[in-house]
Amino acid sequence: MSALCFSALTLRLAGRDILHDVSFEVPAGQITALIGESGSGKSMTALAAMQLLPAGAQMRGRITLGDQDLTGLDESALCQIRGRKIGMIFQEPMSALNPLQPIGAQVAETLILHQGLDPRAAMTQAQAVLARVGLPADQFPPDRYPHQLSGGQRQRVVIAIAIAAKPDVVIADEPTTALDVTTQAQILALLRQLVDEDGIGLLMITHDLAVVAQMADMIHVMRRGEIVESAPADRFFRAMQHPYSKALLAASTHQVDLIAPTAAPAPLLCVHDVRRSYGAPGLWRRAVKPALRGVSFDIAAGGRMGLVGESGCGKSTLARAILGLDPIDAGSITLNGAPVWRGGAPNPDIRRQIQVVFQDPFGSFNPRHKVQRLIAEPLHALRGAASLPQGAALRAMIGDALIEVGLRPDDMDRYIHEFSGGQRQRIAIARALLIRPQLIIFDEAVSALDVSVRAQILDLIADISARHGLAYLFITHDLTVVREITDDVLVMRAGQIVESGPTAQVLDAPQHAYTKTLLAAAPRLPQTHPE
Amino acid sequence: MKGVLFLPRTIFIGGAITALFLLAALLSFIWTPHDVTGVAIAQKLRPPFGDFILGTDHFGRDLLSMVMVGARVSLAVALVAVGIGMGLGVPLGLAAAARPNAWWSDAIMRLNDLIFAFPALVIAILITASFGASALNAIIAIGIFNIPVFARLSRGAALALWQREFILSARVCGKSDLRISAEHILPNIANILIVQGTIQFSLGILAEAGLSYVGLGAQPPLPSWGRMLADAQTMVSFAPHLALVPGLAIVLAVLGLNLLGDGLRDVMDPRLKERQA
Repeated sequence: MSALCFSALTLRLAGRDILHDVSFEVPAGQITALIGESGSGKSMTALAAMQLLPAGAQMRGRITLGDQDLTGLDESALCQIRGRKIGMIFQEPMSALNPLQPIGAQVAETLILHQGLDPRAAMTQAQAVLARVGLPADQFPPDRYPHQLSGGQRQRVVIAIAIAAKPDVVIADEPTTALDVTTQAQILALLRQLVDEDGIGLLMITHDLAVVAQMADMIHVMRRGEIVESAPADRFFRAMQHPYSKALLAASTHQVDLIAPTAAPAPLLCVHDVRRSYGAPGLWRRAVKPALRGVSFDIAAGGRMGLVGESGCGKSTLARAILGLDPIDAGSITLNGAPVWRGGAPNPDIRRQIQVVFQDPFGSFNPRHKVQRLIAEPLHALRGAASLPQGAALRAMIGDALIEVGLRPDDMDRYIHEFSGGQRQRIAIARALLIRPQLIIFDEAVSALDVSVRAQILDLIADISARHGLAYLFITHDLTVVREITDDVLVMRAGQIVESGPTAQVLDAPQHAYTKTLLAAAPRLPQTHPE
Repeated sequence: MKGVLFLPRTIFIGGAITALFLLAALLSFIWTPHDVTGVAIAQKLRPPFGDFILGTDHFGRDLLSMVMVGARVSLAVALVAVGIGMGLGVPLGLAAAARPNAWWSDAIMRLNDLIFAFPALVIAILITASFGASALNAIIAIGIFNIPVFARLSRGAALALWQREFILSARVCGKSDLRISAEHILPNIANILIVQGTIQFSLGILAEAGLSYVGLGAQPPLPSWGRMLADAQTMVSFAPHLALVPGLAIVLAVLGLNLLGDGLRDVMDPRLKERQA
């Protein structure tokens, strides 16, 4: 029996077609996956099911829950459906929870609202629901606040709220995208368990093929507001039909051609026993939290090093230390033998040799400057050391830099908001390359991108590093990316490097228990060859 | 920007009222309907809409002319006071945000709290009373209380920006804190400063009126809205227009600036901007 059913759903918003003739079912007791890249309309489909569309949206078609048509209902009837019949799980658990309310009260609220329980009974019931999602009251008292929990625990609370009123359908919009791989594996297992035990129909919206490969019963691929392919999961991976599905899978299993460096490896960056602590703010004294606890490694000239670890392991602190943005407490960081931080200030000679590309393609640029000025910014590091190009020479230089990353020279006169996420990351790479540094740090540089764009950017990075003999440190939480783009890898946990070595060796035959856990948790695509 | 068509109506109404007062103030330098210093007892206390559009006061001076010259004083005092507040407050706030761990960063913000803790108008009265009542001292007094408003606002907004990745990459390029503040931070907080500026401007007009009302603002024979109100006090029962005219001038000027500020805030709201981007 199908719990939620979309038939011929068409949606127009601000004169644009968002969804076109979307029809599919979410059967009870099954996991239905809706896969697509950003802008494909998959989140709009979820909002349509909740009838929470933005103002001005014109919808045609039918959405039925059981035998009830949702499209004609008024607001008060819909409030009876939302939360009671359809639960929702969001991507970012911190913003989905009220930071000022204890978790027990937030779960109980749904029960008071939808089951008419009195507060005391609702609290007892809420404790039972929290225990079901893996937060038993003796370990996680319901009077805890969201900030006292980890990301995965918060997502469990969000799941508890979604399932508290025993809904027929739960919609999960990118439920694990904001989580670390080990946490992701646990949350996915929890969702599977809830579906099996309660007969909930789960609609799972995601961009990640690997996540649904192990989870979903039925897969629908969405592109530009249309469902281009629907198939049961096992058949989908065995014999996918639509070229877009194949392209998605190809991008997910993309392999970059890493050309072996020709130059004899000489040590470039030497990080030796680096330690750094943060003072947590307190009223009278500052509690000291160690972020880096003796980190040592070398990167050779032209070396391609990966750094893997979960959030909070010290990856970003290490990146900031190498970039000379923050001082270190002990140890040394040298580039070609010269210290990155000298005499209480960053060493300007090093500034010319290290550049960085950040994760967020939106936050990496001053929105008020044109591309030309954005890309030219690193030239500031050269002042005094070389004569800086001016006027036409500068424009030619920036035009060349844009061509090198696959953009057009006349893009330099546009503002950054005119570009897509992938194009912005290309501009970020052009900026980092402009002064021909010897080392670039990529800090989660492809994590915010869709798979197909990610594959292109990884190709670009591999190509450019080979052409310029560039060394890089690629920081990521994503093991598949590390496998693609690096020769050697460092695995970091709690401020220490627990394992290092050639990438293939570390990933195929991990020695340290933590590396094994990471690898086991990472979602994997089935080893099939679509023909 | 193609957004001009969608500007909120409040901008046009507020902008029109503000522009009207600005024009009247500028015009008063070269022309007023009548002389504002000449005393003509024969024409005293004329009602509005006769020979004198807004009537005359107890010395026979034309009220319209006085309102025009008074606008000059009010706007000039408020504008310069906001200028002092921005000119000192914004650099202090930016400096405090650039080095949040420095001792002087804390010192700046605690000093701000200290100034905030005093009731502004009372201290302004104290300053003008001890250094002499004049438009200049009124400007200084009002200006001092504008400093912490802008310091706090710019520090808060700048602190958030310092965490952004484009600031980090500017630091990687070896740019100094000063340069980053001027080049990246200031242009990105300019919008909220402009909005706050219009609101402080209207508060400045109110403060100036209050100071002149108690005789501590611009001195006679220069007319000012606050003193016109004070002079009208004893004659309200038989010549209500004496109080109504300057009172309405103050209300309208403040209303216009507040509408303008509200409208600007709507246009420059960062959430609105993200939706456009």
